[in-house]
Amino acid sequence: MNQFIDWISQPWPWYIAGPMIGLTVPALLILGNKSFGISSSLRHACAICIPAGIPFFNYNWRKEMWNLVFVLGVLVGGFIATTFMSNPDEIVIAAQTQTDLAALGITDFSGLMPTDIFSWENIFTAKGLVFFVLGGFLVGFGTRYAGGCTSGHAIMGISSLQWPSMVATLFFMVGGFLMTQVFLAPLMKLVGF
Amino acid sequence: MNVKNKNIQEAVCDAPNLQETGEKGFALIKYLILGILFGIVFVKAEIISWFRIQEMFRLDSFHMYGVIGSAIVVGIISIQLIKRLKVKSIAGEEIKIPTKEFRKGQIYGGFIFGLGWAITGACPGPLFAQIGSGFTVIIITLLSAIAGTWVYGKFSDKLPN
Repeated sequence: MNQFIDWISQPWPWYIAGPMIGLTVPALLILGNKSFGISSSLRHACAICIPAGIPFFNYNWRKEMWNLVFVLGVLVGGFIATTFMSNPDEIVIAAQTQTDLAALGITDFSGLMPTDIFSWENIFTAKGLVFFVLGGFLVGFGTRYAGGCTSGHAIMGISSLQWPSMVATLFFMVGGFLMTQVFLAPLMKLVGF
Repeated sequence: MNVKNKNIQEAVCDAPNLQETGEKGFALIKYLILGILFGIVFVKAEIISWFRIQEMFRLDSFHMYGVIGSAIVVGIISIQLIKRLKVKSIAGEEIKIPTKEFRKGQIYGGFIFGLGWAITGACPGPLFAQIGSGFTVIIITLLSAIAGTWVYGKFSDKLPN
């Protein structure tokens, strides 16, 4: 039993996590003829709360409630894993990444997210404006413009061998590399790191 | 099997419910359970970590490539099996997968999402798991992502697509 608890509290390797995520695709299809895609939940949230007569948000969202129930589950799953299955050790970060991020001004390498950035103290600061408001906006705007995110395009789309999803995934990566390698350092300097 | 239907595409985007049999209330619990499992994997494999996303875009770790790559391999095999064995959904319906038509948005939008992904360290799924993990400030990021989605919806017909 102790061994099991040890195992469950360790970080899971990619070859366990990846296949489990991949199995979500057939699970959703077989459970209810649903295609995997999480960014849709953001659209449904708009359609329910602030449709404002915009045609893009005028559809039968009731039929898509399953998607919101699913993301609620993801939130609850995050809570369960953190509360009951949490890794007691500090996160292991690649040495080079840690060195590079330390040079950018990150000091907290103990948890999954650096508290230098992701804490309530930053909400009304330039840091919060960039990392929460701007970052979130780009994620929401970009995924909807692209018609999907990592789940809808990279996993569901490529799994069903659809080349437009490969194009989308390629540009997810281009944007991510460019932000990380080129824009992140000056942006962090700008907001006071 | 692949449904080519403009209405489906336009109406419900990337993750449509193509089941004809209605589902309400209690029937939705299976998606809650699946979501919970998914959220647990997100946290346990540290996919929700801003550091893991930084490692990925700095090419310092194989972890995220392994996760996404093996998920795709399992997804491809599963869909091929469903197609070849003509597996039906539990409601007894033929399984349908909508065709994704190419649009310029996949380039522009994909690029914009990529920029945001590297800033927040999260695609939409991990946002929810981060909040559940106690990083409650990510609620702001989520609200901003919903705002971004809304702004796209508002101006979608004016953007190149």
